[in-house]
Amino acid sequence: MLEIKNLHANINGKEILKGLDLVVRPGEIHAIMGPNGAGKSTLASVLSGNQAFEVTKGDVTFYGKNLLEMLPEDRSREGIFLSFQYPVEIPGVSMVNFMRTALNEHRKYNKLEPMSATDFLRTMREKKELVEMDSNLANRSVNEGFSGGEKKKNEIFQMAMLDPRLAILDETDSGLDIDALRIVANGVNKLKRTDNATILITHYQRLLDYIVPDFVHVLYDGRIVKTGGKELALELEDKGYDWIKKEVDGE
Amino acid sequence: MEQQYIELYKQHHESIKEHSATVMNTLRDGSFTLFEKLGFPTSKLENYKYSDLKEPLSIDYGLNINRVTIPVNPYEVFKCDVPGIHSFLFFVVNDAFYPVNEPNNKSLPNGVIIGSLKEIATTHPELLKDYYGKLSTTKNDGLVAFNGAFAQDGFFMYVPKGVVLDQPVQLINIMRSDVDFMANSHNLIILEDGAHAQLLVCDHTMDEVRFLSNRVTEVFVGENASYEHYKLENTHIKTTNLSTLLIDQKTSSTVLTNVITLHNGVTRNSIEIDLDGEHCETRLCGMVIADKNQQVDNFTYIMHNKPNCNSNELFKYVLDDNSKAGFTGKILVAKDAQKTSAFQINKNILLKKTAKMSTKPQLEIYADDVKCSHGATIGQLDETAKFYMQSRGIPEAEAKLLLMYAFTSDVIENIRITALQDRIKILVEKRLRGDLSKCEGCIICQ
Repeated sequence: MLEIKNLHANINGKEILKGLDLVVRPGEIHAIMGPNGAGKSTLASVLSGNQAFEVTKGDVTFYGKNLLEMLPEDRSREGIFLSFQYPVEIPGVSMVNFMRTALNEHRKYNKLEPMSATDFLRTMREKKELVEMDSNLANRSVNEGFSGGEKKKNEIFQMAMLDPRLAILDETDSGLDIDALRIVANGVNKLKRTDNATILITHYQRLLDYIVPDFVHVLYDGRIVKTGGKELALELEDKGYDWIKKEVDGE
Repeated sequence: MEQQYIELYKQHHESIKEHSATVMNTLRDGSFTLFEKLGFPTSKLENYKYSDLKEPLSIDYGLNINRVTIPVNPYEVFKCDVPGIHSFLFFVVNDAFYPVNEPNNKSLPNGVIIGSLKEIATTHPELLKDYYGKLSTTKNDGLVAFNGAFAQDGFFMYVPKGVVLDQPVQLINIMRSDVDFMANSHNLIILEDGAHAQLLVCDHTMDEVRFLSNRVTEVFVGENASYEHYKLENTHIKTTNLSTLLIDQKTSSTVLTNVITLHNGVTRNSIEIDLDGEHCETRLCGMVIADKNQQVDNFTYIMHNKPNCNSNELFKYVLDDNSKAGFTGKILVAKDAQKTSAFQINKNILLKKTAKMSTKPQLEIYADDVKCSHGATIGQLDETAKFYMQSRGIPEAEAKLLLMYAFTSDVIENIRITALQDRIKILVEKRLRGDLSKCEGCIICQ
């Protein structure tokens, strides 16, 4: 579904991604790991259409369509979902209003009628249960005053509502205590199907105890330098990133 | 431009007085002398720095000194489109209180008197004499002085001790004329100790001529009384709306004002609060949505004269096109007003580079044990929030709209009349979408 070829991207004139290749097929879970500054979050930002990043070279297609030419909202409506590392607080916009607008924009894009109020509220209730989200949170402004854990649960809740074909989880495990981590991971696992895929971006192996990846990639200095199975993550946890750096820099 | 009005007064002061009331006439010549000295305010004055009134004041307006009846029945032409508001409804047509249409007004609680200032000044002079002009004559202000010289009538409300008005009172100012027209009206509102009232003032224009209204409202809020004043402006681009709201608060009283400008020409709101007793609560809120060449200046002045009072200000502006606006938050904390807390926030969004906002906190603090803070921001919409919404599939235009709407939401929350709050939410959304946000009951007010 997703093909990334030789992707180069800059921020403020500094090259961060330096020829990244990745192929994701339906049903797969990919973990992208790597040391700080390797370009993990840049990859997530570029895929979601963040204007702060400039793509200088390479192609990204999503089900054959040129992703890089799409507006951020169209990428979402095509089925790409980014769970933000730092979810944004939007004072004054209620979760209900935000989610209803988003969901109905998705439906409009797919030539469906807006969802009825009753169906919408029922769907909200079901999906909130999935991440054990406090029902009061839905009546509050988007992420405003939410704790770190609540914000991340809210990301997975939104993912459940929008039912993406490809979910990119950027450092979803950062700042979570063990209970919140379990709930978030549980939510992701329940949303897993054979026709959707997940990219987990993470610094630590911890999340992979709960969500088992099919592939583990090591991102270093703007490129994927090593790919393996889930055992690669354990090896990284054990040995750190230095041996990879040595391997690559020694080339 | 002052000269023509000075001549007018000199020639016609007898007629002006003849068609007004003694209580009002007593102060008239004094106000005129002050106006002769001050003239109309210009932007050279510190308090009028952000008001550019030169052009609107240069128009040759007609005045209705001889009180010729204006052929309009507001009870027939005006249908308020705030569903379910259940208010006591009154009209001032131009500058004259319109006779009350009894069947349309449910009986007011015992002792409450609402009516024409001119009439009640004649029939109950004892009610007014301690109040009329008490605040306005202390102001060294050309517009207020002009009003004192020319105003012949207005809206009067008296709520006796301990009486609670459980429904809002609605005052509709309607401007109706075939020629360019000026209206000066004086409103007087008295809440005795422990009384409670909510007043909603709506400004509407009916004809496409140039209008200028110069209104002064004096409000006296007794001990433990609470008063809410909402002003909703929905007038046309050729209207100049000059409004001075002067409020005196006694011990432990509570006041909320919320001035909302959705559509206008040139607007100047002066709100001055005299905290004349301890333990007063004051909240001033306001919102402006302006585009084209609209101008809005909100000038606020809170005088903390006594200790232990709290004041809060929250003003938000969304400015587009060539609109120009100002906010002044002047606060005085007198030497003995210890334990004062005064907070002030003014936030502004400029949607185009051509829009202009000026904002000025002005704190004069002479006491040493006070908590005061002020904050002002002028900026654009939050790009990270916009991107977050887009990343959920919400198109950019819709995301911007939601953010602008959210930006104004805390001002809307400070409307404590539920039906009005619901209606304002819809009007603001329509306004932000660029749809006509006029009240349905208004014949012409685009």
